[in-house]
Amino acid sequence: MSVAPRLELIDVSKRFPGVLANDRVSLSVKPGEIHALLGENGAGKSTLVKMIYGIQAPDSGSVLWEGQEVRIPHPRAARRLGIGMVFQHFSLFEAMDVLENIALGLDGAVSRKQLDAEIRLVMEKYGLKLDPRRQISTLSVGERQRIEIVRALLLNPRLLIMDEPTSVLTPQEVDDLFKTLRRLASEGCSILYISHKLHEIVELCERATILRGGKVVATCDPRKETARSMGEMMIGSDLRDPARGQLSVEGPVRLSVRELSLPKPDDFGVALEQISFQVKGGEIFGIAGVAGNGQNELLEALCGEHLADLHTTIEVDGSPVGRSGPSGRRKLGLCSVPEERNGHAAIGAFSLSDNAILTARSRMGFENQGFIHKAGADEFAANVIKTFAVKTLGPDALAGSLSGGNLQKYVMGREIMQSPGVLVVSQPTWGVDAGSAAFIHQALIDLAAQGSAIVVISQDLDELLRLCDRLSVINLGKLSTPRPVGDVSVQELGLLMGGSHATPANSAGGIHAA
Amino acid sequence: MTMTFIIDALVTVIGITTPILLAASGELVVEKSGVINLGVEGMMLVGTIAGFAVTFETGNPWLGILVATLAGAAAATIFAVLVLSLGANQVATGLALTIFGIGLSSLIGSNYVGIAIDPLESPFPDALANDSFWRVIFGHSPFVYFAILLVLAIGWFINKTRAGLVLRAVGENDLSAHSIGYPVIAIRYAAVAFGGAIAGIAGADFSMVISPLWAEQMTAGRGWIALALVVFAGWRAGRLLAGAYFFGVLMALELYAKASGHAIFPSQFWAAMPYLIAVIVLALISSRDGKDGKAPACLGKPFIPNG
Repeated sequence: MSVAPRLELIDVSKRFPGVLANDRVSLSVKPGEIHALLGENGAGKSTLVKMIYGIQAPDSGSVLWEGQEVRIPHPRAARRLGIGMVFQHFSLFEAMDVLENIALGLDGAVSRKQLDAEIRLVMEKYGLKLDPRRQISTLSVGERQRIEIVRALLLNPRLLIMDEPTSVLTPQEVDDLFKTLRRLASEGCSILYISHKLHEIVELCERATILRGGKVVATCDPRKETARSMGEMMIGSDLRDPARGQLSVEGPVRLSVRELSLPKPDDFGVALEQISFQVKGGEIFGIAGVAGNGQNELLEALCGEHLADLHTTIEVDGSPVGRSGPSGRRKLGLCSVPEERNGHAAIGAFSLSDNAILTARSRMGFENQGFIHKAGADEFAANVIKTFAVKTLGPDALAGSLSGGNLQKYVMGREIMQSPGVLVVSQPTWGVDAGSAAFIHQALIDLAAQGSAIVVISQDLDELLRLCDRLSVINLGKLSTPRPVGDVSVQELGLLMGGSHATPANSAGGIHAA
Repeated sequence: MTMTFIIDALVTVIGITTPILLAASGELVVEKSGVINLGVEGMMLVGTIAGFAVTFETGNPWLGILVATLAGAAAATIFAVLVLSLGANQVATGLALTIFGIGLSSLIGSNYVGIAIDPLESPFPDALANDSFWRVIFGHSPFVYFAILLVLAIGWFINKTRAGLVLRAVGENDLSAHSIGYPVIAIRYAAVAFGGAIAGIAGADFSMVISPLWAEQMTAGRGWIALALVVFAGWRAGRLLAGAYFFGVLMALELYAKASGHAIFPSQFWAAMPYLIAVIVLALISSRDGKDGKAPACLGKPFIPNG
């Protein structure tokens, strides 16, 4: 006789106004199994796990816990059953210390001293390093995630839900995380692992349930599949690799940065130290690194939000721009897309058309003697929407009404369609589904083919290896020597990203360079 | 300066500080939960008339205080329904609550104008309460002792208890608190009602001790000072206690200037002082941008759960 599954969902449905988020989803997770929940953005993964964790209630269908039908009305009930969850967007409190944060995730009152001891015990057992007395605002993303994991582990969970846990980690941190998860699974804890990173699922998981449009489209054994075959099940059509023509003719240097140094912008920022690089026309230059190592500061220095000390520190097509602001740099052909799309790249309360005016007004001629050429902006915005397949009602829709991935496509399209001589982008496909990511990658490659110089700052090594001609790593505000992509291994990059604290990587995951 | 003068001055300072300290303590709890209620003045006035009218009609001051407490909490609950359940703007609703409080208290109080009641006396034996020296400690109304105990208790609650930790969590990051499973809205309701209850007591202090007769708008803007005091204290109970007495000294100087008539500056200058100091200190605090004295991160923002 087989053991009852740890968790079983039968025909679970959830409807939101205007959309059926989960349509008769069935799923079963065995004890000690690492089960992948795979799907594109908007496929219904998050809704499904929110129902399992008691944040939302299903409209219909049943949830079985170890063979017994249960109702999970709130997260406390989920935790009582033995369900732990590590959120994608950490539910941490910046102004409090690690201990207080963990205490908040527990249901009973525990003294600080006792909790401190328990935390140290769990951390030792699973090889997680963390100082319980540190304030959250001083911690790295990897450390923050460890808090969430420790918080979940303190409850001795029998099912741990991990929502896209690796999106912000270095390859070494991913390795450590996988070790922890395997150790947990070997002790009988089931793990529901949500991701759209296919190679991770191939490496880690024993079973996968694939969601598309709120429905289960397949269940498979990832060890018998390839990343590609699962990717095709996930998006429902053939995945297309971006067509990268070999760099034939090297163009002139279009962007030159010479010994750029900037002090920390605030207590939590990173100082830039002696950053120098050049990017030629037709070239895509990648900057890898773990979040919080100076990427934002570098982007802001390049786009003109922070000025360099000398006018000649940054040059666009030979013209010095180091002391010019963003508008001056845009006029000379340096456009940029910051990481944070809502609030930095776009204003949520403005229409898409107005957002186009904000960055394209001088290059596209939407401004004349201080008056705005609204019809031109509307046409441009409509063009971006059409070309980049942005799902929206039209140029008058508010930027804030778009989903993250759609807004990302819009802000990328807005800059690319201005045909800039130099484009600096940060995290171009962050939170964007695989199909749209491929589209954005192709658009960047096409722009480079027209002779533009492109700088891509990203934490996604796969993306950089696939896209770029040359790569550098930024660590603590310093840039490593640029290397051609073909000459550098993932392990080396990982070590550079981890700086001096890194431990050697023992596996490269399924990462493949293009 | 004679000993009597110093003791008189201290007694005055302690007396006029108490309603501010009370109202600010209540507002501290409200703001720690991430809600800003600018209706303190209005809630105090509701407490003022409730305490006065009930004490006058029944002759029982303790019943008066009880009703003032409930009236303050009721006014705050109106605010909570509008802001927490219906998503109204907190600043606008708080201002409306103040105007509502002014109007309601004047309406109910129209029959009581000019009537006086016996002030609530010190709870200690006369020998201590009226002693020429010891009255500086024992000669105050029960409000004074309650206010000091309350602010200490609130400090302990916020920093040392689990419930206080949850309260801070809700004010710091409401979405996270929600996703962990804390009832954000219910906690905020409780905090707002508590703040209103304490503001009601602060109001009763005015009409039952400080000037035990009814006059329209007798709180004279002290609710606004209480609000400033919370920011001034950097959302910390200990500094709130110290800051309240600092403001108390400034207000006492106004009274002294009015009474003596020979002060260097006119009394209006001293009347403006607390506000002026509050503005200067606020500017200094915000320019320093230090770690301490930070407002709860969710202060004033509506809670919109994302799932």
